[in-house]
Amino acid sequence: MKPFSYVKPLDLAEAVAAIGPGAKFLGGGTNLVDLMREGIELPETVVDVTGLPLDEVDELPGGGLRIGALVRNSALAADRRVRAAYPVLSQAVLAGASPQLRNMATVGGNLLQRTRCRYFYDQAYACNKREPGTGCDALDGFTRGHAVLGVSGSCIAAHPSDMCVALAALDATVEVQSVRGTRRIPMSDVHLPPGDTPHVETALAEDELVTAVELPPAPVAAGSRYRKVRDRASYAFALVSVAAALEVRDGTVTAVRLALGGVGTTPWRAREAERLLEGGPATEEAFGRAADAELAAAITRQGNAFKVPLARATIVATLKELAG
Amino acid sequence: MRVNGVVESLDIEPWVSLLDALRDHLGLTGPKKGCDQGACGACTVLADGVRINACLALAMQYADKEITTIEGIAKDGEGRHPLQEAFVRHDGLQCGYCTSGQICSAIAMLDEHAAGMPSVLTPSVQPASAVLSDDEIRERMSGNLCRCGAYNGILDAIRDVAGRETVS
Ligand SMILES: Cc1cc2nc3c(=O)[nH]c(=O)nc-3n(C[C@H](O)[C@H](O)[C@H](O)COP(=O)(O)OP(=O)(O)OC[C@H]3O[C@@H](n4cnc5c(N)ncnc54)[C@H](O)[C@@H]3O)c2cc1C
Ligand code: SF4
Ligand code: FES
Ligand code: FES
Repeated sequence: MKPFSYVKPLDLAEAVAAIGPGAKFLGGGTNLVDLMREGIELPETVVDVTGLPLDEVDELPGGGLRIGALVRNSALAADRRVRAAYPVLSQAVLAGASPQLRNMATVGGNLLQRTRCRYFYDQAYACNKREPGTGCDALDGFTRGHAVLGVSGSCIAAHPSDMCVALAALDATVEVQSVRGTRRIPMSDVHLPPGDTPHVETALAEDELVTAVELPPAPVAAGSRYRKVRDRASYAFALVSVAAALEVRDGTVTAVRLALGGVGTTPWRAREAERLLEGGPATEEAFGRAADAELAAAITRQGNAFKVPLARATIVATLKELAG
Repeated sequence: MRVNGVVESLDIEPWVSLLDALRDHLGLTGPKKGCDQGACGACTVLADGVRINACLALAMQYADKEITTIEGIAKDGEGRHPLQEAFVRHDGLQCGYCTSGQICSAIAMLDEHAAGMPSVLTPSVQPASAVLSDDEIRERMSGNLCRCGAYNGILDAIRDVAGRETVS
């Protein structure tokens, strides 16, 4: 690993002051340490934020929850309030990585984890995300893990996080802080599609620290579900995943949330499908039509074309299960 | 850092992983380096009783923690931990490379379950069930791979110890 200096600030002001050019925040390290060892991330200074007092889940005055950026993934998934009001989030976190990794990983780090595209990881290949302008060897490569929605001619890397798919469905807000102050970013604006600049991955500036994620009240989420399809039963990234919440009255959909993982370059909120479902019949046909409408924009390659029918089937199965 | 009950003073660079600190600096070679990228679980150790992958941990981050490796799991004068005995009894290993990680992981897994930690198989609305089904054990141990495929023996060993804990 390339040598770096290490600091562990114990208060927020110190942490945001310590970050500067060539510095990186360190959470649980499960993504950053890996990428530093591979020589892909080469920070000169590592600012370990795990000593900051941001590890609580608190109830918001108007309802909803505020999740500190340093809450470990396992603690988030086990939180009784999360399990009761937002089961989709607990399930999504528990469907990701392994128990050991979830014990280490933080909410902030999970939010900002980088793609698992194997060409991004392997310096022998061209990658626009790793080295802007060098090309993308995934385009004609092995694309089983790659995205079909939100892709560009520059990059087709899938967003890897399960947690983020649930946060997208739940309309979460991300709070960030820097020496310039605090701002709040809606989850749907946090991750950016690759376009011509796949190395620009999020709306955060490099010196912005994630301090919390807030979940607004969402009665519909009490009946919600995360379903993940992968190449083995556990400890594998999603080929396709679905975060869904559904409320049905007298056969009519009265509220719905739908987001997809494994298929998008960002955690994919399926707004087109939601628009079609809302107010319509809660039938298998309607679920299928909504899925087709969302997936109509898919751009596939030989190795990942299977994701379109797989996503359709997973969406329909999840909504049917929630409709009861 | 406290390691297996002993205070150790280490003079290491910030880029040394906890796994390398344990193996190369303290000579504790029980934790294994299978993949060095978080994908196998052979390096599993306990930090304040919580299971983690030592390969993705910077040693500096754990300076104020109590680290327990396979060398330190047996209580004084006990010889072997009950899970070590069970792994022997049920043939929970072949080459043994994954075994130290499996056993450290299983110790923490049983503690997590007792504390009400759910797995992806646990129903959200209900408290964690009192009994660990075989599927729950498999899911909760999925962070530890075994290239020899000794999974049946590993499952038998853990079920044996978990069962006894439920009875007593
Ligand atoms: C083998 C393996 C399998 C995995 N499988 C899955 C899976 O199936 N599903 C899934 O979703 N994930 C999976 N993961 C990824 C895992 O979820 C992430 O590595 C983890 O969530 C990252 O959290 P961390 O705290 O360890 O982040 P770190 O590695 O510490 O940081 C990640 C990034 O976030 C930045 N960062 C961290 N905290 C902050 C903050 N507070 N503010 C600003 N920036 C910050 C860091 O600078 C870094 O760029 C897997 C990982 C491994 C190694
Ligand atoms: S898909 Fe994106 S991350 Fe993967 S090689 Fe192409 S540019 Fe790089
Ligand atoms: S060596 Fe740490 S998980 Fe494989
Ligand atoms: S016993 Fe050989 S790897 Fe598990």
